[in-house]
Amino acid sequence: MSSGAADFEALLREALSPVEPPADMAQRLELTLVNLTELAQEELDAWELKAMRDPRNWVRPAAAAVVGVSAGTALVLLRVRARHRVRKQRSQNALDLAQRTLHDVGEEARRILPRRR
Amino acid sequence: MVDGELPKSKAEVDARFTELYRTHLRDVYSYSYYRVGNHHDAEDLTEQTFLQAYRHFERALREANGRPLRPWLIRIAHNLAANFYRDRSRKPESGIEDAGMISAPHTTESLVEGREQLKAILDGVQQLPDDRREALIMRFALGMDNREIARALGRTDGATKVLLHRAIRQLEGMVSEPVAVESGGSDE
Repeated sequence: MSSGAADFEALLREALSPVEPPADMAQRLELTLVNLTELAQEELDAWELKAMRDPRNWVRPAAAAVVGVSAGTALVLLRVRARHRVRKQRSQNALDLAQRTLHDVGEEARRILPRRR
Repeated sequence: MVDGELPKSKAEVDARFTELYRTHLRDVYSYSYYRVGNHHDAEDLTEQTFLQAYRHFERALREANGRPLRPWLIRIAHNLAANFYRDRSRKPESGIEDAGMISAPHTTESLVEGREQLKAILDGVQQLPDDRREALIMRFALGMDNREIARALGRTDGATKVLLHRAIRQLEGMVSEPVAVESGGSDE
């Protein structure tokens, strides 16, 4: 490659420098993906949810009430989501699972959000 | 879990997707930005790309056979960008609204001249035929090699090498002597 061509490619590399996504976009997208993974949890269908309604619908309003629409929401949900299997194994039934999930949301919110403010 | 090994549970799939997302968010955003020319639409395109990628992630893992998934992600963005223009009857914006270098601080005349040269290059990139423009974005903004670009564009390695060479030469000609670009055909 000639030096002229190399110079031009260097300019091109500089002109087309990578663009950082806005921080709030990364957080918003991560939250959307977390919600999607929650929705995709088909195993929850086996928990006889009809009688008490879907606990997944309890988690979101509860999480929203506890943490609000804050910068920490995604992190809270990620951490709560990460412990889903453990909660499920320890739960006696769907109501117990829902209670444990709500408890975890509250705990994570208390643990994470004050540090972030 | 070893890279290339297929995940055995939904949790592992989610973990792999999170890893993919965190590793390549900037790539997808950069690609989207240089395709559509503004941050607002680039955000839209990036979100749609990852949502679509999530839907087909397990199949992509199986079919990738251990190969990197970045070309697959960029191909999704590429297809969505094409739909984006078709659905909204839009064309790519003629200028990039504020690429990194344009907002970079400068203090001397030579730097200002350099910035003008970079802006001329960016304007030239926007005027290239679609396939040449995309190849340049993948090479220089994302740092993809010929093989990755070939996979993203659905071409052979050889055809991709030729495409890149022609794109660079055409752009160099446009920047050194600005002329109308109708003469530089597509490499489809």
